[in-house]
Amino acid sequence: MSDTVLEVRGLTVAFPHRKGETTAISDVGFDLKLGETTCFVGESGSGKSVTARAVLNIVEPAVIKSGAINLVDVAAGQRIELSGLDPDGADIRAVRGARIAMIFQEPMSSLSPVHTIGQQIIEAILLHQDVTAAEAREKAIDALRAVHIANPEEAIDRYPFEYSGGMRQRAMIAMALGCEPDILIADEPTTALDVTTQAEILKLLKGLQESRDMAVMFITHDMGVVAEIADQVVVMLHGSVVETGPVDTVFHAPQHAYTKKLLKASMGLDEAPHGRNGAGSDEVLIETSGLSLTFPTKKKIRKGATGGVRALNDVSIELRRGEILGIVGESGSGKTTLARVLMGRFQPQEGDAVYHTRDGAVKDLTHKSGFRDGQVYREMRMIFQDPYGSLNPRMTVEQIIGEPLLVNGLLKGAELKKRVGALLERVGLPASAMERYPHAFSGGQRQRIGIARAIALDPRVIIADEATSALDGSIRAQILDLLLTLRDELDLAILFIAHDIGVVRYFCDRVAVMHKGSVVETGTAIQICDSPQEPYTQRLISAVPIPDPRKRHLVA
Amino acid sequence: MLSYLSRRLMTMILTLLALSVVVFIVIQLPPGDFVTSYIASLSAAGESVDQETINALRDRYKLDSPVLVQYWAWISEILRGNFGYSFEMQLPVSEIFSQRIGISLAVELTAVVVMWAVSIPIGIYSAVNQYSMGDYFATIFGFLGLALPNFLFALVLMYICYNWFGVTITGLFSPEYMNARWSIDRFLDFASHVWAPILVISTAGAAQLVRVLRANLLDELNKPYVLTARAKGLPRRRLIWRYPVRVAMNPLVSTIGWVLPTVISSSFVTAIVLNLPTLSPILLRALLSQDMYLAGALIMFMGLLTLVGTLISDLLLAWIDPRIRLGMVGAT
Repeated sequence: MSDTVLEVRGLTVAFPHRKGETTAISDVGFDLKLGETTCFVGESGSGKSVTARAVLNIVEPAVIKSGAINLVDVAAGQRIELSGLDPDGADIRAVRGARIAMIFQEPMSSLSPVHTIGQQIIEAILLHQDVTAAEAREKAIDALRAVHIANPEEAIDRYPFEYSGGMRQRAMIAMALGCEPDILIADEPTTALDVTTQAEILKLLKGLQESRDMAVMFITHDMGVVAEIADQVVVMLHGSVVETGPVDTVFHAPQHAYTKKLLKASMGLDEAPHGRNGAGSDEVLIETSGLSLTFPTKKKIRKGATGGVRALNDVSIELRRGEILGIVGESGSGKTTLARVLMGRFQPQEGDAVYHTRDGAVKDLTHKSGFRDGQVYREMRMIFQDPYGSLNPRMTVEQIIGEPLLVNGLLKGAELKKRVGALLERVGLPASAMERYPHAFSGGQRQRIGIARAIALDPRVIIADEATSALDGSIRAQILDLLLTLRDELDLAILFIAHDIGVVRYFCDRVAVMHKGSVVETGTAIQICDSPQEPYTQRLISAVPIPDPRKRHLVA
Repeated sequence: MLSYLSRRLMTMILTLLALSVVVFIVIQLPPGDFVTSYIASLSAAGESVDQETINALRDRYKLDSPVLVQYWAWISEILRGNFGYSFEMQLPVSEIFSQRIGISLAVELTAVVVMWAVSIPIGIYSAVNQYSMGDYFATIFGFLGLALPNFLFALVLMYICYNWFGVTITGLFSPEYMNARWSIDRFLDFASHVWAPILVISTAGAAQLVRVLRANLLDELNKPYVLTARAKGLPRRRLIWRYPVRVAMNPLVSTIGWVLPTVISSSFVTAIVLNLPTLSPILLRALLSQDMYLAGALIMFMGLLTLVGTLISDLLLAWIDPRIRLGMVGAT
């Protein structure tokens, strides 16, 4: 036990460009031991992924400036220094995949779309082991079986797009483990997955690590995941290691201020909910009853038969004035479809949905005519998940935020400019930001711009579809607090769609849990998170990692 | 797969029928009918016109019947292989075709093959070695190829060959082999002429393909699955051919459909400058002189080429990309 298999010392990687170079990581040092999981945490841009790639010597277009990466063959007592090897040479290729394997964040795009799962696993085995194609196929089937893929003999000949996200990540793991490496590098392997799938993958990884006595280098920004699986923790900030230590020490006696900040921003189920300002109003703004929507499948249209995907099944919710209603569920549970129905993108086949406008009129949301005069669109606004994709890169911030005001003929010229400036300041950005283009801003700042655009028309309802999912911990907390402030100031009702239960508990007043198109449970956020009644909700809640290594429950 | 193929063939036939209607309308557009223009051309040549021949022609193409009957007469003749008569060249259209179609397809197919054979390696090289000397060279060559008009390139080539090497490169055969039977000598003579039009025709197309492939491949090279393959320990060259190139080829393969017709219609000028006995100068002549049966047959032929090309590209796409084969377009 505890044999050091990788020693990294003084590792510095830089991206060269015309005017010198940008340092990505500097003077990074750590050890990986067989049978131990070392978690690397830090926010995006902290150099976690670059460190992982440097271990495999795949950092182009960056270069390893200095430092040593010693790979130790514990059984044979040999050492190889990896950082000095030619990145395309045979020596490092013999290490990649065979001694050190890697899995990535995006199970969707990390597998070649035009090759079968089997072809991709068998290729890795044939590269490093002296076996025939038939033997390699057997090994690949065994590897798929080891990661609990049902029916591996058949699944091996399928293409990645025929797998679900969780299955693809399992296939990635099978590929990585095909050659029985000493070290497995996992770069945010569960970030793109649902909590329930994440729990399964974490359990699988931990089990495989123990049975094979591997060293695992696990990169994540989720302190909950760290607490669940780590033995050692390495905290990174701006390309440097700021704290290293056993998981219990890091969580319960953190030394560095940044570690404390990360821990504070991680939202587990123990997180105290935000302070509520008085009792909620009884005035209902949006009311749906028995909403059902079925998407016909393509083939079915041609054959003229009914059936298809039931995206919404008898959904009844209500959103009251000034309230934050969370909609939680796994991907494919119909959360986003519900939001789109409320915004008039889809028309349900059954059920009613009405919106009560500011002047007391009732608008039918199930019919396109309900949106015709634009009043619904003025009073109900959206914030989107992807801060990069939801802002037009060819428009200035002024144009982006001013557009709804301009389109509705409310303001123009100098007044419009003044209003945009006021909106920017309200969301915590300087008014001078209006002259710049979205690419000049970070993810969190862009999300603030999206919020400014949403509140420009003084709406009553904001539909936030996974509005904080793409953001790092501390930035996420800032955006949530901004939304809370705006809610109080503007008396907004927010329909908050999320899959992150910790956030929901902190942020929402009431929660509706969705599963396969139906609302399975509704209640206050505290009720749902602390004493869920329905089996599905219980399963969902129990899959949430708890950011405290003393309360491990997922992989124990 | 078979049902897909038969369905595709059915739609091809229907499309061809629709095309034939358009072509027929084009044929009908000039004032008068073709017999009057035939008489006009004959009398212009100073020949007397035989009233019996005229009547036979009018009767054969049902020129005094309603339009639908005329269309049917024309299309049913085509199905029997009779494409009508070219008044300009005083020959049946099918005879003109059979004289030129072999040479024409030989030149243009070779040009397409050369275009692809040259552009794919260059495109891959300049994407993989972005901003290297070779990439800049390929880029300059590409923009030159795109910017240089074909006729100018052909003229410059002719001038250089004649002035510096004393070789004439017009036509596809030396005079002594013009009407000779095919033999090894004649083939060598053909080969010594054909390189020039192939070079001229393929340069512009190759330049475009290089740019498209380079851009596609640059996108693909940054995809995570390339990193996955590197992390497996695959050698660089094998990795690039097996993974990103295969995906980056998709947009190129989908253009196969209109490559041949484009080459034929864009090689007009080249064919005229270099005096090539191919189909494209004939099409131009036929259009200019309102030789509508010849023009109609050529347009039909190019339509057929487009349809066949599209079918080929669809089958190829289904073969190289399982997402298309399994009807999962848009899946990642």
